[in-house]
Amino acid sequence: MGLADFSSRSTDVSLQRLTKIFKSMDGSGEVVAVNDISLDIKTGELVTILGPSGCGKTTTLRMVAGFEFPTAGSILIGGKDVAPVPPNKRGISMVFQSYALFPHLNIYENIAYGLRVQKLPASEIAGRTRAILELMQLTSMQRRYPSQVSGGQQQRIALARAIVIEPSVLLFDEPLSNLDAKLREYMRDELRKLQKRLGITSLYVTHDQEEAMAISDRIVIMQDGVIRQVGSPRAIYEHPESIFVATFMGKANILPAEILGRDGEAALVDLAGSRLKIPNPGHAAPKAGKGNLVVRPEAVKIVHVESADASLKGKIERMTYFGNIARYEIPVLGTTILAERYNPQGARLHEEGETVGVSFEMDSVRILKE
Amino acid sequence: MIKQNRATPLTHILRDPVLLFFVLLVFAGLSLFILFPLYKILAYSVTGENGGFSMAAAIEAITSPTYLRTFRNSLVLGLVTACIATTIGYIFAYALTRTALPFKGFFKAIATIPVISPPFVLSLSMIFLFGRNGLITRKLLGIDNFNVYGMHSLVVVQSISFFPIAYLTLTGILEKLNPAVEDAALNLGASRARIFRTVTLPLSLPGIVSALLLVFIQSMEDFSNPAVISGNFSTLAVEAYRTITGMYDMRGGAMMALLLLAPTLMAFILQKYWLSGKSFVTVTGKPTSGRQLNTDPKVVWPLFGFCAAIAFIVILFYGTVLVGAFVKIWGINFSFTLAHFKYVMTLGWEPLKNSATLALFATPLTGMLGMIIAFLVVRKEFPGRRLMEFVSMLTFAVPGTVVGIGYILAFNEKPFLLTGTAFLIVMAFTFRNMPVGIEAGTSTLLQIDKSIEEASSILGASSSTTFRRITLPMLRQAFFSGLVYSFVRSMTAVSAVIFLISPRWNLSTISIFSLFESSKYSAAAAFIVVMIVIIIIAIGILDRLVKLLGAPAIRQQE
Repeated sequence: MGLADFSSRSTDVSLQRLTKIFKSMDGSGEVVAVNDISLDIKTGELVTILGPSGCGKTTTLRMVAGFEFPTAGSILIGGKDVAPVPPNKRGISMVFQSYALFPHLNIYENIAYGLRVQKLPASEIAGRTRAILELMQLTSMQRRYPSQVSGGQQQRIALARAIVIEPSVLLFDEPLSNLDAKLREYMRDELRKLQKRLGITSLYVTHDQEEAMAISDRIVIMQDGVIRQVGSPRAIYEHPESIFVATFMGKANILPAEILGRDGEAALVDLAGSRLKIPNPGHAAPKAGKGNLVVRPEAVKIVHVESADASLKGKIERMTYFGNIARYEIPVLGTTILAERYNPQGARLHEEGETVGVSFEMDSVRILKE
Repeated sequence: MIKQNRATPLTHILRDPVLLFFVLLVFAGLSLFILFPLYKILAYSVTGENGGFSMAAAIEAITSPTYLRTFRNSLVLGLVTACIATTIGYIFAYALTRTALPFKGFFKAIATIPVISPPFVLSLSMIFLFGRNGLITRKLLGIDNFNVYGMHSLVVVQSISFFPIAYLTLTGILEKLNPAVEDAALNLGASRARIFRTVTLPLSLPGIVSALLLVFIQSMEDFSNPAVISGNFSTLAVEAYRTITGMYDMRGGAMMALLLLAPTLMAFILQKYWLSGKSFVTVTGKPTSGRQLNTDPKVVWPLFGFCAAIAFIVILFYGTVLVGAFVKIWGINFSFTLAHFKYVMTLGWEPLKNSATLALFATPLTGMLGMIIAFLVVRKEFPGRRLMEFVSMLTFAVPGTVVGIGYILAFNEKPFLLTGTAFLIVMAFTFRNMPVGIEAGTSTLLQIDKSIEEASSILGASSSTTFRRITLPMLRQAFFSGLVYSFVRSMTAVSAVIFLISPRWNLSTISIFSLFESSKYSAAAAFIVVMIVIIIIAIGILDRLVKLLGAPAIRQQE
């Protein structure tokens, strides 16, 4: 069905010292959208660029697509510099945030469009289009027009249209952001399954960190045009190298502390008068001086106020019940500590206004500089 | 929001030969048929008798009392007409967008009649109603020394002709103003009158100025009305023509053309560039809630009375011509006759056929060119993009008389010996009517998600394939409505083509003008009625085509 030899077509992508400077709209100044970033995407890998809006992730994607021209640096697709290659000759494909389905063509013709443009024999166009319709379970609606199908179906059509031309690289520009939460979860799993099955090199852009975690081999965190960290979802969550990454990727309590010294791997710190031993402070941890403890809410435990484990003491300001968790907010040390209790069903929950002790699962605590 | 950067547009276009080809083609066309004729006028007016550079003619023109009087006449007429037409247009627009006025469809139709009408209708009615044998002046009031010719008649005729332009401009603005703003004022306790004074009126001010300028341009460049009804009140557009055809004074005509061009160009630049930054229209793409229409009878009925009065005048004027075409001798013998139609069909058959043929040639050309330019200007980055936009919209501000004079100067000698040919007339039609197509295409393109075209591109389509298979089908509706308008404009054009016709290629509007010149008013009326019928049929056919070919795209877009 024409999809089998997909992985052989896939190639690697390399961004080398890529910079993009825009003129600002009023013409007075310049905006550095992407600032000297380098990134290698291996063949068959799905890499997600994750960052807040305006971080340069979409610009990066559009440069790979060929819709924007780098101000400096180069893009290599399959080892070849694509600077002189227009978008329609790059052999890549893209799934757009708005899907960008052709409103005047029916679903079959939308999907066949890329094949028709290549002027392939009619039989091959028909065969490959039918195969992809089948694969994406769109066969029954192939004669309908985009406005006559649901959002989730439009999403699948956009994906089908992008992969039927067997691109060497597939780009995703926030493809799921127009779907409602349940469908988004379903589609991202489908998408990941398909991508793995086809072994197609993919660059994916999103601002949704959960989505990034769910589908990526590796995640690239961007902020203000620069890459802040690259790593597997687990590495990024468990070993953030900056406070930005720690707080952007999930929630984190950031507690200023004094680093007293090391005991082997472990760091000894002073947190508001309590002496703590942090067994895995992380390689970004400063050796001494001021630092910040990074503690995920799920690594914070509420204990009896007199307990020996209590590193800090505070009064619960607010308790929010989410069903799967109960979240406490405890103002302490000029900040508000978040603590999450998993599976609160049937458990004794602490009251708002109750003074409690706060303790940390030391294994999960990391230390970062400012 | 941020924009493209630096030298990249150049590299972009060089990588895309098809795009390059079209950009060069459009620029070649714009240069040859818009800029070159203008340049020829300018060059001609500063060339002395001996062929060298000389400002003599220019200085003479600026200091000549006749020229100055004509210049002042045109300006005053333009300003007065602009104020009256914009006032009528605003009242119409406000009544139709903000109040629960009855018979809205009827009033909308009334406001479109003058736009698609053949020329000379209102002037002819003016003569029929208020002339020497005028139905109102002579028959009803018994006045026989009323002089219908002059500025007063021109103001009336032009105000009726051009208030639809103001109405359409202002409707656009009033409809797009976010209703929440007015709701907020109401919610804060302001009365309807106060909201109008403190919110609606100030917010529509850029639209009002825009309408004033557009009507001013139309009035300045109007040829057909002053040509037949201005009497001793000379205007530039007509005087330039008479200077050239009556006195064989090409230089004098060129000078008048320049005097005419200066204010219209200025008004155009003001309208396009200065005002565009001042609009309060909020385009968010977010659906806005419906507007609460004012149902207060103290507001609705006076407005209704006003609109009905205007509608009555429009109907009266068009009805008069219709009746005039069927009576023996207007004012003297009102018995029914078809003699004028017989006369017109023998004399006017060729010109009618010519007009229709040339308009049919020019129409698709205009449509295509308009869409291509809109596409290039909105969607592509290339050096000279802003220039292309400016020059292609420029024809809107260049009066037809100026175009005509420019064309005879530019195309009367080698290498472009084209005067008297059908080709040149078609080009005049095409380049003069292009702005409407561009406007329609531009506004449609701005509503179409750019990523649809990017999707086509990334799927392997070249930019010409994308244009042909994706953009053009989506522009279908705008394309066809552009076609209807451009056909009508070509059929009804007078000012530019009056310089370009030849014995072989006479046109119907010019034939009507000749009938005026020989005071054959009833024949002119019959000719106008025939043209109205042809235009209605043509609009009907094109409309059917639009529904047939354009409709599916609309349905699918939801």
